[in-house]
Amino acid sequence: MPQTLYDKLWISHLVRQEDDGTALLYVDRHLVHEVTSPQAYEGLKLAGRGVWRADSIVATADHNTPTRDWERGIEDPVSRLQVETLDANIRAHGAAAYFPFRDPREGIVHVIGPEHGATLPGMTVVCGDSHTSTHGAFGCLAFGIGTSEVEHVLATQCLLSRKAKNMRVRIEGSAGPCVSAKDIVLALIGRIGTAGGTGCAIEFAGSAIRALSMEGRMTVCNMAIEAGARAGMVAVDDRTVEYLRGRPLAPRGELWERAVAHWRTLVSDEGATFDRVVELDAGSIAPQVTWGTSPEMVASVEGAVPDPAREADSTRREGIERALQYMGLQPGMPITAIRFDKVFIGSCTNSRIEDLRAAAAVVRGRRVDPGIRQALVVPGSGLVKRQAEAEGLDRIFVAAGFEWREPGCSMCLGMNADRLEPGERCASTSNRNFEGRQGAGGRTHLMSPQMAAAAAIAGRVVDVRRML
Amino acid sequence: MEKFTRHVGLVAPIARNNVDTDAIIPKQFLKSIRRTGFGPYLFDEWRYLDRGEPGQDCAARPLNPEFVLNQPRYRGASILLTGKNFGCGSSREHAPWALLDYGVRALVGKSFADIFFNNCFKNGLLPIRLPQAEIDALFADVAARPGYRLMIDLEAQTVARPDGRAIPFEIEPYRKHCLIEGLDDIGLTLRHRDQIAEFEARRRLEQPWNFSR
Ligand code: SF4
Repeated sequence: MPQTLYDKLWISHLVRQEDDGTALLYVDRHLVHEVTSPQAYEGLKLAGRGVWRADSIVATADHNTPTRDWERGIEDPVSRLQVETLDANIRAHGAAAYFPFRDPREGIVHVIGPEHGATLPGMTVVCGDSHTSTHGAFGCLAFGIGTSEVEHVLATQCLLSRKAKNMRVRIEGSAGPCVSAKDIVLALIGRIGTAGGTGCAIEFAGSAIRALSMEGRMTVCNMAIEAGARAGMVAVDDRTVEYLRGRPLAPRGELWERAVAHWRTLVSDEGATFDRVVELDAGSIAPQVTWGTSPEMVASVEGAVPDPAREADSTRREGIERALQYMGLQPGMPITAIRFDKVFIGSCTNSRIEDLRAAAAVVRGRRVDPGIRQALVVPGSGLVKRQAEAEGLDRIFVAAGFEWREPGCSMCLGMNADRLEPGERCASTSNRNFEGRQGAGGRTHLMSPQMAAAAAIAGRVVDVRRML
Repeated sequence: MEKFTRHVGLVAPIARNNVDTDAIIPKQFLKSIRRTGFGPYLFDEWRYLDRGEPGQDCAARPLNPEFVLNQPRYRGASILLTGKNFGCGSSREHAPWALLDYGVRALVGKSFADIFFNNCFKNGLLPIRLPQAEIDALFADVAARPGYRLMIDLEAQTVARPDGRAIPFEIEPYRKHCLIEGLDDIGLTLRHRDQIAEFEARRRLEQPWNFSR
């Protein structure tokens, strides 16, 4: 019977299955960071258990770490303790690779995994972080887990799971100029909603997905979780293989050839059936901007903030009203009338080299609007940062008035010092616009790196297509 | 993990869809390296008028009188009635930890986000999905009748209303078993350690590149 990519990945990791469908799934790669792992290691210790396979682990500190003055260390004692706890746990139990705070290769866990070839096609990749779906871009089964599950994987190298439904999102056609992977995935979420993929593993397919770089595919898979799906994935093709060639943890020599031959089979078979199919025309997508407090509350840059009075469904109407109140927006106002206090270019959605290049192309030779209090560029990893510096992107940003920072999660969730103050409005390339996500009372508008760069220059939402 | 068999408790309504994990427990509290002590910060931004910081004495903080859990009639609630897609957002297990630490033992709602749903079971918190019509009726009843309590019987898989009518719910047998017995997943899985080792050895042979280093 023809199989989907997800079916193949699932079956090849099945250690055993109970009659009720509960499956024991083998885990190839376990990514670990400081926030969701301390309680797991502690649980292990309390139960007198060890780590099953330390060389499956790749770890880094990213969520809590400051993005400047690294020589001063971590000033917040609570954050410091968490990072030190990770250090101690990795020292005690081991890992295939560890990029601690201040290591030149430190970075956001979802950026460094692919960068080091720790994420390979056909693997199961898990991490105590919901945006683990990012790694699905490589034709692997990648999803976020909770801390108890982190402990379970540490102790058993397996995860208890149930098979999800197969969903295919097919995006055909070619995206217009300045319409990026971010716009595609925001438009999709706007269409199917944040629960649209619940219970599903989404395979992103179609000519518009094939045309994306690996960076772009990661951006799309990253936000699969925002569409409610635990996993997103893209079939393996030449781009996947080329990206991985020569990466530190990728196979070499004869093993590389064997691996590639296997990876080529990681596509959905002709005639495989999907439980749900959604189709989108890339050509009809304009740059997207969220106006509300959920990623599904999104509009085209040419559009307007919705008017709750025109919503028939009462729950939805109240949802819109509440969001507009929190966001401090007027019903019906044009999206381009939204003005910002801050701009954040970063996060595991959009902090890779391609994102920084796209943003820099908009910024080059221009100045950040004086109304913008702070404009941050936070590269996804130390390697991205150095690559960008080698290309002179940092100088473009700094000359325009941006701050060029050290890598980490930063203002994506504001666990470190980078955050919004109550009422501040931010153009952000991250993935969540929930109430308080970037700081209590902060207001987040999600958009692509190019759109965020344009917003910094104009001080408000502008259609970046008019600027290039 | 605490066993869950039967639970009778006061119900409080959280009448919003897409309640995300940032709302359940804001990120500044995720810096703790412990599993307990999150209860005072549950729904922190909705519950208090000031901005919460870890380690703060919450007894002295100004409460938001409008927030449902601050209303006297819902004090001591151990069952939350929830809308659609409750627990969406991050994978943080601090969300169920905070709910449990506050005293919540069960959630009755339209739907839950995947990872959150999973995390609840790992901690002895029971999330129950009911059809839209039942949830709507429960919201109406809770609003109309102070002191509204439900009885959850996991063995029988029912939620009994005060009028005696029992609403059946579904739960996977494995999860039910673990909750009733208070069983630790890891211990159960390790009973299959030989099978895991065998699988691993075969995989190492067939696809050695997955074991680089
Ligand atoms: S960048 Fe944001 S979404 Fe990504 S892992 Fe860090 S906190 Fe999570």
